[in-house]
Amino acid sequence: MTAAIELQGLRKSFGPTEIIRGVDLSVAEGERHAIIGPNGAGKSTLFHLISGRYNVSGGSVSLHGENISNLPPYEIYRKGLSRSFQVTNIFPNMSVFENVRCGLMWVHDYKYSFWHLIDRQKELNERTAEVIEEIGLTSRQHIPAGVLTYAEQRALEIGIAAAGGADVIMLDEPTAGMSHSETDQAIALIRKITEGRTLVMVEHDMGVVFDLADRISVLVYGEIIASDTPENIRNSKAVQEAYLGAEADE
Amino acid sequence: MSEITKTASPVMARPLMKTLLPWIGFFILLLALPNIFSSNVGLYTMNLMGIFIIFALSYNMLLGQGGMLSFGHAVYFGLGGFMSVHFMNYIEDGDFTFPMYLIPIFGGLIGLVFGIIIGSFSTRRAGTVFAMISLGVGELMAASSLIFVAFFGGEEGVSGDRTTGPELAGINFGQDIHIYYLIAGWVFVTVALMYLFSRTPAGRMANAVRDNAERAEFVGYSQRKVRFVSFCASGFFAGIAGGLFALNFEIVTEENLNALTSGTVLLMAYIGGVGFFIGPIVGAVVFTLLQSILSNYTDIWQLYVGILFVLTVMYVPQGLTGIIMMHTAAWRMRQVGALVMPYLRIGIPALAMLTGIAAFLETIHHMRSSVEGDTAMSLMGIEFNSHSIVAWIVILALIVVGGYLTRSQLPQLRDAWETANKPPAQREGGGS
Repeated sequence: MTAAIELQGLRKSFGPTEIIRGVDLSVAEGERHAIIGPNGAGKSTLFHLISGRYNVSGGSVSLHGENISNLPPYEIYRKGLSRSFQVTNIFPNMSVFENVRCGLMWVHDYKYSFWHLIDRQKELNERTAEVIEEIGLTSRQHIPAGVLTYAEQRALEIGIAAAGGADVIMLDEPTAGMSHSETDQAIALIRKITEGRTLVMVEHDMGVVFDLADRISVLVYGEIIASDTPENIRNSKAVQEAYLGAEADE
Repeated sequence: MSEITKTASPVMARPLMKTLLPWIGFFILLLALPNIFSSNVGLYTMNLMGIFIIFALSYNMLLGQGGMLSFGHAVYFGLGGFMSVHFMNYIEDGDFTFPMYLIPIFGGLIGLVFGIIIGSFSTRRAGTVFAMISLGVGELMAASSLIFVAFFGGEEGVSGDRTTGPELAGINFGQDIHIYYLIAGWVFVTVALMYLFSRTPAGRMANAVRDNAERAEFVGYSQRKVRFVSFCASGFFAGIAGGLFALNFEIVTEENLNALTSGTVLLMAYIGGVGFFIGPIVGAVVFTLLQSILSNYTDIWQLYVGILFVLTVMYVPQGLTGIIMMHTAAWRMRQVGALVMPYLRIGIPALAMLTGIAAFLETIHHMRSSVEGDTAMSLMGIEFNSHSIVAWIVILALIVVGGYLTRSQLPQLRDAWETANKPPAQREGGGS
């Protein structure tokens, strides 16, 4: 079976600084994979490389065995990879309903149509309502997304990413800045919404990571030093040294 | 900024009648207007308004809906006008037969063609890059209009005759009232089409790209193509407006596609409010009124329009429509009445101050532009000497005292505003 995501010798430099230094990683279909690592390890950069926000400097990214390196983000999305952002990235002046609907239009094959009236598209609007129900924002659907609370915006962020039914979902620190109860809700939401799909997530909260992930990769200074089950990662001496050592440096 | 109409909620559950009602009202208004304002000046002004409404709305497809700041939108308007006036001449020469009232189609088509050509490279980025390209293309077109004399007619432009085509039920559009209804018909159709465009996937994504171009790429849309579609549609409608201009005035000149006209349309859209669909309509109406009425009374009317524009940008970026829409919350809670007195209390001194400022500007203008020794001037029916000390004291007193009183009334207005916008439960409980 081909891996959902396969990285081979992936590199990224900004000028003389190499941020990602030859990453090899394989994420199986249907797996929940977490990437952890100290601040500045390059986790977000890795996400940007996979999702097409940055061009790669070397190596390759494959999605279901197909090389997607350096494709623009919208092409990668159309091939079935969708992501959320660490810093909330929504359409602030549009309503919650419209935000989610934007995440559904392409996969419902509307493309750049100017001959369909959006409010008449029954299936699209019904599906939008379903997604909003799932992320628990039904009572807030008509207000502008920009005035939602932080936790609500995070939920919307996940909702937009997952709405289109992409089979690979990437979440960048989905619970960052949330309270305990909000985090619990977010975990439940992520679990529900990624059912039967492949999930790759960056997360700082170890509770969330060990709770959700099937496999964990540890990224330190642009290199993956371990990729294993949560159990083995927890007990790995090398990980503890590298990870905690790096943390202590800060 | 302007959440109310920009984020119109889905109308799935809305009864058809409620959706259609504003349009029926609009239709009746268009039919009724010439009976209310039947003078020649009235018709002239309304015709110009209609043309500007289409033009400003097409501009707002770029600025308000798509987040593209264009300094060269007159290009599509002007080209539409030139194309139409040439076709009017072909019809007059008997080269081919075509109903005159459909001429703006040709304007729209050339607007569309140039939208496709120019949009193909200018929509790659929004922001500064887009603005600079639009400015460059605008200058390029204005310059070539004086070079390609065969098409643009050089400095005197191209004129035509709208009465020569096949008649429509005996109407040859020779009279102003005929051209009014012709323009009104086009206004109704194009306004409806532009509204409907904003309710399609392409129109919705234009909003999304305006809000957050990056995120739009991560839901499958190329920001460039989204902008491109809006840009082409905008060029098409601007061309139609240009075609109507050609029909109405029977002459199109270089002025119709130069930077001045591009600036005018930006002004209209912004004063009206770019965040609302009807904003540019309000802007076009207000601008045309200022242009045709104010210019009867003062030579420096453009200065006032400029001041209005600057004040709008600085204090009410939502535009005139935004000011009205700000009151919806209070209106729903039936609290608007509570604002009347506070508005009067601040409005009267503010009016005094504005009168003072206007008198100041007019007097200065009179001193600078009148013949040497002519110091007698009249303002709003009051005759006075522009060099007299008394006049200047009155003017300065109006400004200073009016300004001071206006400022002193600001806190009470703020309080009244807050009270009026408080939900009823809070108002009774916390009652301030």
